[in-house]
Amino acid sequence: MEISLDWYLALSAVLFAIGVLGVLFRRNAIVILMSVELMLNAVNLSLVAVSQSIGDLSGQILVFFVMSVAAAEAAVGLAIVIAIFRKKVSVDVNDFTLFRY
Amino acid sequence: MDLTGAYASLGSDLGNAFSLVLLSVVGLVMVVWDSLRNDHRAIPWIGVAASVLAISFELLRMPGPAEKIFYGLMWAGGYASFVNIIILAATAFTLAISVHYLDRIGHNYGEVYSLVVFASAGMIVLGSANSLITVFVGLETMSICLYILTGLVRTEEGSVESALKYFLLGAFSTGFFLYGIALLYAATGTLYLDEMPAALAGGAGSEVLLWGGVGLLFIGFLFKVSAAPFHMWTPDVYQGAPTTLTGYMSTASKASAFAALVLVVYHALPAERWMLVLAIVAAATMILGNVVAIAQSNVKRMLAYSSIAHAGYVLVGIAAGTTAGYSGALFYLLVYTLMNIGAFGVMAALEWDGHVGQKQDLDSLAGIGYRKPLLGVSMGFFMFSLTGFPPLGGFIGKYAVFAPAIDAGLTWLVIVGLLTSAASAYYYLRVLYVFWMKSPEEEAAPALDQLMASPLSMSTSVVLVVCAGLLLVLGIYPGVLESTTLFFSDSAAAVAAIR
Amino acid sequence: MNSDFLVQWILLLPLAGAVLNGLGGLFLPALRERESLFGIVGTAVVAIPFVLTLILFLQYSGEAHVTTFYTWMAAGDLDVSFAYRIDELSLIMTLVVTGVGALIHLYSVGYMHGDPGYWRFFAYLNLFIFAMLNLVLGDNLPVLFLGWEGVGLCSYLLIGFWYTDLKNSAAANKAFIVNRIGDFAFLMAMFVLFKELGALDFGTILADPQALSQSNLNWVVLLLFIGATGKSAQIPLFIWLPDAMAGPTPVSALIHAATMVTSGLYLLARVSPLVLAAPQVMAVIAIIGALTAIMAATIAITQNDIKRVLAYSTVSQLGFMFMATGVGAFFVAIFHVFTHAFFKACLFLGSGSVIHGMHHVEHELHKKGHEGHIDPQDMRTMGNLRKYMPATSTTYLLSTLAIAGIPLFSGFFSKDEILFKAFEYGYSGNTYAWFVWIVGIITALLTAIYMVRSYVLTFRGKERWPMADEVQPHESPWTMTVPLWILSSLAVVGGFVGLPGVIAHGEWNWIHHWLGAPYGGPVAEPVLPAHGGGFLAIEWGLILLGSAIAIGGVWFGWRAYDRHGLDYDRKISEATGRLYGLWRGKYYWDEIYDRLVVQPLIRGSEKLLAPFDEYVVDGIVNGVGHVTRGAGQVLRYLQTGRVQNYALAIVFGVAVVLGIILFG
Repeated sequence: MEISLDWYLALSAVLFAIGVLGVLFRRNAIVILMSVELMLNAVNLSLVAVSQSIGDLSGQILVFFVMSVAAAEAAVGLAIVIAIFRKKVSVDVNDFTLFRY
Repeated sequence: MDLTGAYASLGSDLGNAFSLVLLSVVGLVMVVWDSLRNDHRAIPWIGVAASVLAISFELLRMPGPAEKIFYGLMWAGGYASFVNIIILAATAFTLAISVHYLDRIGHNYGEVYSLVVFASAGMIVLGSANSLITVFVGLETMSICLYILTGLVRTEEGSVESALKYFLLGAFSTGFFLYGIALLYAATGTLYLDEMPAALAGGAGSEVLLWGGVGLLFIGFLFKVSAAPFHMWTPDVYQGAPTTLTGYMSTASKASAFAALVLVVYHALPAERWMLVLAIVAAATMILGNVVAIAQSNVKRMLAYSSIAHAGYVLVGIAAGTTAGYSGALFYLLVYTLMNIGAFGVMAALEWDGHVGQKQDLDSLAGIGYRKPLLGVSMGFFMFSLTGFPPLGGFIGKYAVFAPAIDAGLTWLVIVGLLTSAASAYYYLRVLYVFWMKSPEEEAAPALDQLMASPLSMSTSVVLVVCAGLLLVLGIYPGVLESTTLFFSDSAAAVAAIR
Repeated sequence: MNSDFLVQWILLLPLAGAVLNGLGGLFLPALRERESLFGIVGTAVVAIPFVLTLILFLQYSGEAHVTTFYTWMAAGDLDVSFAYRIDELSLIMTLVVTGVGALIHLYSVGYMHGDPGYWRFFAYLNLFIFAMLNLVLGDNLPVLFLGWEGVGLCSYLLIGFWYTDLKNSAAANKAFIVNRIGDFAFLMAMFVLFKELGALDFGTILADPQALSQSNLNWVVLLLFIGATGKSAQIPLFIWLPDAMAGPTPVSALIHAATMVTSGLYLLARVSPLVLAAPQVMAVIAIIGALTAIMAATIAITQNDIKRVLAYSTVSQLGFMFMATGVGAFFVAIFHVFTHAFFKACLFLGSGSVIHGMHHVEHELHKKGHEGHIDPQDMRTMGNLRKYMPATSTTYLLSTLAIAGIPLFSGFFSKDEILFKAFEYGYSGNTYAWFVWIVGIITALLTAIYMVRSYVLTFRGKERWPMADEVQPHESPWTMTVPLWILSSLAVVGGFVGLPGVIAHGEWNWIHHWLGAPYGGPVAEPVLPAHGGGFLAIEWGLILLGSAIAIGGVWFGWRAYDRHGLDYDRKISEATGRLYGLWRGKYYWDEIYDRLVVQPLIRGSEKLLAPFDEYVVDGIVNGVGHVTRGAGQVLRYLQTGRVQNYALAIVFGVAVVLGIILFG
């Protein structure tokens, strides 16, 4: 049985929303980072599905770029989290309010 | 796609993308040089030399019309050259003023300079993209380098904290941006900007997918240019980052993100529908940036809000939706780059608190104009230009973005712009008031006295004088503005043919 | 020589001087001690343009010449070019500006000696000359306005030159704020002109006054006049000028007597075809001028500060010039600007020389251990200075006689011409001109009296400062006395350029032939009906009347003050009673403004905003600016520093953007 494009897009939207909610409500910087990864992968799902449905490869090429960028982002992100952990001994984002107003 | 002779045009493509290739190669050379030799004094100057070389190349390339290279992935020449010149100038200026500054704060690492160069390479990709793939890759190359640069001063809690904020929010907005690309792809079936109008004319895809995609795509750009309400990272990040690099971030990255936004709306989108969104965002941005800037006492934070406000002015030009508006926006970016790099450069040279300027307030700099006249006078140029006084570039810039908006019927938006720029005089001129007319307090900070005793570095002086001089030239001879209008009229006919 | 070339250097040299002096003093602290360097550069860049202007003047062909250097902005109809106009009017103004300017620069070389801000002073002064030249040479209103604002800025900087003294800063701010009101009116006039005519260059706007509707024309002229009242210190905006005397004396002489304050007159003379077409506004101008003239003259009688007497005298003389403008005698107004520049600059510089000497006295007294303080500007502590400062005394006397209008001195010709024109205009059926004429006659009498009073109190009688037999002032150096001699000679002979109509039927009135529109000049004139044959006798009668008033005033003042000295002030005050109090209190203008404008503004804002104060803004809130500030203070707290709040803002933004783009 063929699954229509709409189902893929809907699943992708749900995953994306879960990622957004994770960013908004989890306190742990690393979990937030993982939520962002979830958002990116939700988009990847859409891209692949759309690419398959219209028979154009460039969407899938973009997915490879997204994956490598996500890896680079994760590397930098974790390094920053480590740096701040050394300073504050915390990864709770609510503790980082030196600059405000 | 037929791949016969796929490498046939590689040679000419590489030649057309000379700046990009040069910066990438030089960036690699800088990394290697830094790891092989202990002495990294020469590294920034390699970068400066490469930027200057690339600028001269782009100057030669600029008069011609823009053409597609790398199978339509990027533009070269014409307005792409103009944008590249802004980016490259910001790079060269930043490298030159950073040397002394980073030395002074004790964080002069060789890889800083190569990161700046790599970020610039990313910006060039972003600012001359013709495909959403290149937009994405350029945006991310730039952003990742900037995250690292923000957190450069590892010993300073504020610096790391602002890097974390920048990173988390940047990645978050990238998610929306990418989702927008996916939806737009679903609606049009292509990732090439200049193929989208044809696809849309064919009636492919649904309205919701298309406009939802456009909206989300805008989010990514609006975040990068710090437009309200996506601006909230800006003050915190600008205040925490090393000052000269803040100048770089606030100018080059904005210039390339705006350039990409212009490319998207110019090549891909039918007018009208998106104009209202940008107009409303522009109004909110101008009001918020200017009003909150008035309440700031830390100059770096004040300049951060000011850069938010200026993003609003550029958006006014783009919201006009006409080629005159786009070229006005590009011209404004050039002027804005000069004055903001200059202003941050002055603040970098006056930084005495030992905390990357996070703690010192404006009043501690009373009477500084007489002690360091070059800084005082050039700050006068930058502040007057930021306010938009004639005969400086800032005035012509504001004119260049406001006039097309009036022609496009956005009079209310221009009125908001004029009122808020009038309000901005308050905080810009206050800087000059403190610099020149306020008597210093009885006991100045010893660190400040020590800083005043040491001479300004040659490279900083040269950069400040060049920035101030160019602002004056752009204000007195607004001929550059006319040349930017040619960029779009050239290819407008081509686009019309496609439609 | 090519006139484009000359105009270019006339403008560029003062600018270059300002830049050189400013940057040199700022960046090379070691150079600041070398005063002569700044003095020479500063003076030369004004003296050379004077010579260049003379060349232009001598080779002038009678044909107005416009030089466009380049177009700065061309957008639609609006075309802002740096275009300069050489014609009779601008030449005569440029001659005054650069000529008197050069002399005052030379004078400042000696006067400012030893001041730590020497370089700054010359930089500002050069910048002022540059701005003033833009004002008088500009061929369109934007360039004129650029100069107009530029002289305002320089005036502000120079009044507050000794900015460490709070009083001086306050005076500078007052001048700045009052002038903004006038500038706003000027801008409005420009907008109306541009909207109606689509151009702002003089060639277009003066071509045909009928191109504007009568009501628009009235508004334009009235707004321009309001602009002029700000810059040229007329009721109700004159209050800044007396306070502006806080600046160094050469500044008072150059800016607040000879040049800047006459720019309002220049403006009206420049647009004279428009003014003539708005007769109701002309009546307003004449009456305001007359009232200002007599009001300032009565105040001047009661003042003891030598510079304040001169300041009010300036306001009064400017009133005279507006009287001339209001009866359509624009060229006479410019004639009076011309002669006034000489004698008033000489008087101010003379007072500066006196103050210089009295400073020396004060200094010596301190050294000798004298307790207490003498005010070096107060005439009550002067007296008999002619014994110690002969050159200053003689030149001051000559200029006093000139301003009093003693026959054959320059002031006689110009002032008499104004009175005659007022009479003639009334004679031709304009009733208000009679009022102006009578007020003018009375003011002329008062002028003679208060000027002689200031001369006698300062230079004659007995020495009134403490320990006068031990401590004496001495004459000022040559750089100060040479300008005095030159200016006083011009004050004596300057009037011969405008011989009255009774001589050779006005054929020898050179300035009339030079400026007047009937002879091809740029300054328009009303067409009056021909007078009968008996009018010549009336003219002679008026001249005799004017001479009698001047001589009588001088004679009276001399007798009264030379015999009684300061005591005579008391006599006047007893004779005039409460009127004298009104004069002494300067008609309480400052107090009235304070009551009616300043206090209500402050009180109103306090009352309205008090509830916000407690919660929102610390300290006192008193203005619209503070409301913005308050809003900033509130909005900044949206910035909580928490990254997830920022992310929430982004999501909010996404909702808004998508909402607008999908459903908007």
